[in-house]
Amino acid sequence: MEILLQQIINGLVQGSVYALVALGYTMVYGILGLINFAHGEVVMIGAMLALSALTALLGLGAPPALALPLSLVLAMAGCMALGYGIERIAYRPLRHAPRLAPLITAIGLSIVLQNLAMMIWGREYHSFPQLIANTPHNFGGAIINDIQIIIFVMALAIMAGLMVVVHRTRLGRAMRAVAENQHAAQLMGVDINRVISLTFILGSALAAVAGLMVSANYGLAHYYMGFLLGLKAFTAAVLGGIGNLRGAMLGGLLLGLIESLGAGYIGDLTGGFMGSNYQDVFAFFVLIAVLVFRPSGLLGERIAERA
Amino acid sequence: MKFNSKSKSLLAALAIALLLLPFVTEALLGRGWVRIVDFAMLYIMLALGLNIVVGLAGLLDLGYIAFFAVGAYCYALTGSPHLALAFPMAFPDGVHLSFWIVLPLAALVAGGFGVLLGAPTLRLRGDYLAIVTLGFGEIIRIFLNNLNAPINLTNGPQGIGRIDPVSVASVPLNITQNIFGIALPSVHLYFYLFLACTVLVILVSQRLERSRIGRAWMAIREDEIAAGAMGINTRNLKLLAFAMGAMFGGASGALFAGFQGFVSPESFSLMESIMVLCMVVLGGMGNIAGVILGGVLLAVLPEVLRHGVVPLQQALFGKTVVDPESLRMLLFGGALIVMMLYRPAGLLPSRVRRRELDTDEAAEKV
Amino acid sequence: MNHTTPLLQLSSICKQFGGLSALSDVSLHIRRGEIYGLIGPNGAGKTTLFNVITGLYQPGAGEFQFNGARYQACKPHVLAKAGIARTFQNIRLFANLTALENVMIGRHLRTRAGVFGALLRNRATRDEERAITGRARELLRYVGIEKPAQTLAKHLSYGEQRRLEIARALATDPLLLALDEPAAGMNATETASLKTLLQTIRASGITVLLIEHDVKLIMGLCDRVAVLDYGKKIAEGVPEQVRKDPAVIAAYLGQETPRPQAGEGQG
Repeated sequence: MEILLQQIINGLVQGSVYALVALGYTMVYGILGLINFAHGEVVMIGAMLALSALTALLGLGAPPALALPLSLVLAMAGCMALGYGIERIAYRPLRHAPRLAPLITAIGLSIVLQNLAMMIWGREYHSFPQLIANTPHNFGGAIINDIQIIIFVMALAIMAGLMVVVHRTRLGRAMRAVAENQHAAQLMGVDINRVISLTFILGSALAAVAGLMVSANYGLAHYYMGFLLGLKAFTAAVLGGIGNLRGAMLGGLLLGLIESLGAGYIGDLTGGFMGSNYQDVFAFFVLIAVLVFRPSGLLGERIAERA
Repeated sequence: MKFNSKSKSLLAALAIALLLLPFVTEALLGRGWVRIVDFAMLYIMLALGLNIVVGLAGLLDLGYIAFFAVGAYCYALTGSPHLALAFPMAFPDGVHLSFWIVLPLAALVAGGFGVLLGAPTLRLRGDYLAIVTLGFGEIIRIFLNNLNAPINLTNGPQGIGRIDPVSVASVPLNITQNIFGIALPSVHLYFYLFLACTVLVILVSQRLERSRIGRAWMAIREDEIAAGAMGINTRNLKLLAFAMGAMFGGASGALFAGFQGFVSPESFSLMESIMVLCMVVLGGMGNIAGVILGGVLLAVLPEVLRHGVVPLQQALFGKTVVDPESLRMLLFGGALIVMMLYRPAGLLPSRVRRRELDTDEAAEKV
Repeated sequence: MNHTTPLLQLSSICKQFGGLSALSDVSLHIRRGEIYGLIGPNGAGKTTLFNVITGLYQPGAGEFQFNGARYQACKPHVLAKAGIARTFQNIRLFANLTALENVMIGRHLRTRAGVFGALLRNRATRDEERAITGRARELLRYVGIEKPAQTLAKHLSYGEQRRLEIARALATDPLLLALDEPAAGMNATETASLKTLLQTIRASGITVLLIEHDVKLIMGLCDRVAVLDYGKKIAEGVPEQVRKDPAVIAAYLGQETPRPQAGEGQG
């Protein structure tokens, strides 16, 4: 029973991070109808930037309470610039090209980002400095520590904030209008390019937060971390119904739970044939299963075969 | 195909040049380079297979190397002592099937994986296929890395060694053979085998492209809705393209395993998939000659980087600042971006374009 | 020609997009061998109706009979096989293939060679290829664009592209040829020769369904006309009679001749 509870806690914390990344995928998809393949790398760059800033600030003698938010802000700023750049390089010039073209440029960009990161930060794992006491709390027999609580609460707060932005602000209204019908939105005086840029920027800011959270949660950051994380977050977005913000949040949390519970019980389920080293395959099978049985996702509209 | 006498003699010259290539390469650059050329041929085969999927049918497959891996492991398991570890009772010496039996099997198994993967995704929009194949490429590696316990199927990260060499007419290709009084080392023998296979693959690609099926694939690539309205069963034909591509990948994988004598999961990373995709994009999607050019350029590039860039950096900075591997990947990524932005048709103008230019000129003369 | 059973019979077809009713309860029939016109203001549901009978949209309710068989929810390729061929309002050619190849692709449906045929290139396949090429050239000549056979579709002139779409559709050996605004963007001369072409096509025994904004073309060409407005059929009959229908006049709101180029949105 404690194990189950522990898996649920771990799953929800990890899932809230997936949800943040999935939001980035889903927002871009909602507006452009494209998968932003480079999004996972933005998360990685966010983590790396935050880590570098943090190390530097701590080295200068800044107190952790100042260094942590400051490095987060720096990472967000860096990622926002990166997101803007990705849109300008990979997507805008190809907005009317065949669908394959922007996919390929985005792939190219993520390869470039990954290798640049490797040149800058090296091949090794970077460990996240111990900043707060990170006290473990006993919660019905399961352990939940401070960092996990902070991650979960922060993720929920950011998601709530995003919903406010999308549903209550001019920008949000413009985003929804562009997602609904680009042409009509343009006729109504919406600056499409600006809205698309801002969508990428917003998604990248979330990615930076997620990057910091992942590295804080695992205590590690690595130039290759963006790939699998991106793949899983995309799965989360599809699970919830891609293009649907609430869906991305739900999908993220669910995928976190599935992964955590799956990894915890796969040994028992397969009679010891498969162990927790198969944790990373769950997302993939979830993705396939969703595409087979409900391609529109849990909360999405029918999108199959829309051309 | 009809050749006039000029193109006939050109073709003959090309054939002779190719036959002499291993000897010339060995004389000029050393035997190690013949091996590099062999690998280049394998990559060209892979790229031609992927070209059917990406270039002709317009389906973005980002995990193509997974099918290569499936084929390679098919032969690694059935052409080595390895299975003796897992099933000592059934196979005390392992399984040693003939390569020529395993080759079609490997293609079929890889094609089967292609169908399994393509069936759920191909009715959806193209980017789903891209991401599912991307995931599949990674999943295959996870399985290959972990299927060494509790039953040792893949031997995990250590990989499977002592794979039987390919034999042609009971002549094993892993040792120097004297043929018509000429001593042919193993790398030369494999070169001729791969050359024959590559020519076959080129022929198959070309025939497919200029057929009813090939035209239907191109129609789907150009406009799926219009293709459907013209009576093309788009889903089945996409599945066919995807499975055919996977089969080419699987067959090349079996050749790879026989040639190398050893397979391990690290040969099948995402970067390999990207490299093959790069070959297709660089040469011009859907254009066979372009894909071959792309394959040659990219297969030789890492060696050039290794032999050129490292000494250059040593000379300039006294140390290696950028390792050739990441420089290679940077170039690949950059090439994908630049090609799509500035030259989406690839380095070589395609057949149709050229033909069109010809007729335009002819029309002007009249 | 059998004039007793209609070639196409629509029964109470409905189609909704979200809350918007694009087609409500549309019933009509098209007789074999006639040219049937479909007119209506922008957004009246004409293209939606096309998309339903060619399988691009599934009808929300209702069904249709074509050539004696019932269809409710079908893939486009099934309906193409049944004998419905179409063109698109915003031309959808295979842009990077030649004009000839575009028409050859239209023959896909009526030919058989598979992968093995392609690889072995046996006698049957070669004969079939020759027949495909021959028929495609014939059709290019038929619609009057045999010259640019080797030109990429995207480099053809607008009028040529429209004709190429018709040739490609004819290549599927249709019983019903459905044309979505074939005269859009054409000048008077081009429209006149299009009219002749359509009459030739009808004379060869193919039934024609025509969406058009050019009322003059419709009136001069069609045997019968139906008028859609807000997704409903408001009139049907011979052109003379429809022209005088008060409901039709009201729908067009005095717009005697709607601009021929006017594009139409999703409706």
